[in-house]
Amino acid sequence: MASLDDLKKRITSVKSTQKITKAMKMVAASKLKRAQESAEKGRPYSEKMNNIILNLSSGISDKETAPKLLSGTGKEQVHLCVVLTSDRGLCGGFNANIIKKAKSYFAKLNKEGKKLKIITVGSKGNDQLKRVYGNKIIENISFKKSKNANYFDAEKVGKIIIEKFEKEEFDICTIFYNQFKNVITQIPQAQQIIPLNTKNDNQDNSEDNYEFEPDEDEILDNLLPKNISTQIFKAMLENSASEQGARMSAMDNATRNAGEMVDKLTIKYNRSRQAAITKELIEIISGAESL
Amino acid sequence: MSDEFKIEIVNPEKSFLSKEDVSEVVVPAFEGEMGILKDHISIISFLKPGIITIQSKSGDEKYYVEDGIIEFKNNTLSILTSYILNLKDIERDKLQELLKNAEEESNKPEISDQLKYLADQKVETLKSIN
Repeated sequence: MASLDDLKKRITSVKSTQKITKAMKMVAASKLKRAQESAEKGRPYSEKMNNIILNLSSGISDKETAPKLLSGTGKEQVHLCVVLTSDRGLCGGFNANIIKKAKSYFAKLNKEGKKLKIITVGSKGNDQLKRVYGNKIIENISFKKSKNANYFDAEKVGKIIIEKFEKEEFDICTIFYNQFKNVITQIPQAQQIIPLNTKNDNQDNSEDNYEFEPDEDEILDNLLPKNISTQIFKAMLENSASEQGARMSAMDNATRNAGEMVDKLTIKYNRSRQAAITKELIEIISGAESL
Repeated sequence: MSDEFKIEIVNPEKSFLSKEDVSEVVVPAFEGEMGILKDHISIISFLKPGIITIQSKSGDEKYYVEDGIIEFKNNTLSILTSYILNLKDIERDKLQELLKNAEEESNKPEISDQLKYLADQKVETLKSIN
């Protein structure tokens, strides 16, 4: 049986852990609000961008001359997977979920005999993936310094991807991230960004005869790289909102668990204290009786 | 019959501006300035660095943009841009900084023709604001 002193020490240590998790929960909650806001504010941009591209691509009659970013290289041999994770831990299953999704996709690719290349964004993803897929990771990008997701970071990632695409280092590019649904639910997503998925038929792009200035091809050439950065930026925004949400609920759970533990330990402490007192009393009484 | 239409300017971070009572917008399209009035034909174009002028009942507004795409459809003008500033609250220091960056960019030796053109445009526009 642990001595009273030991119990007391444990109680204090659990209590201070609880204080930390509580503080982290609070911080996450306030950050979540901001992240959620910017994720929502960022949506119109990517949606509009997507719409314009859909309209444009439906206007293109000749698929042969269409930019490669839209139509693809015609092969599907080499896959580039961009895994977006956070730079910090202690956020529940947030990173694990993305990794799990990515790994099952990797396994599928392996089975089909496709070649795999990985870019990790965020250090946590890199840490988890490098054990198994270390030789496949061609780049690791981390934005530890920037506080919030911003467009310039997304543009950097976008540029790297486009550069690699132009060197024909891969045929298909997919990004992995967590979509923010609400505080307790984040849905890991795999989104293909190269070639762009334009088979979105619920749009009535029937007879919108657009005028283009300059011509379609030039606009598309200009627009598609931007769209990639935009999609990545969207993913980053969703990710940061998800991260804070996941952290908040994880820390909430931790705080509650710590509270339960403190209660249990306190009862144990009180009991053993009482036991010691009773024991002493018995000793005194039996000592007095024997006189 | 009113001759007003709707304008929406969005940048990646947020919806920058939304107005319902715009009578004319002049945008710096890639192949020259373009004025847009109500019932303009549907158009998609992209922008070079320059000034967007919005005329509405509440007066004229001017914005500096570095790039962007515009789409006009059903009397709604959408402008997507990654960098936009209201000329009214632009600060002199900020302007100088932008100008310096743009000049540096345009003086780089290994720059492509198109980028050089864009950078020169930027310098010109920024100088004209000054």
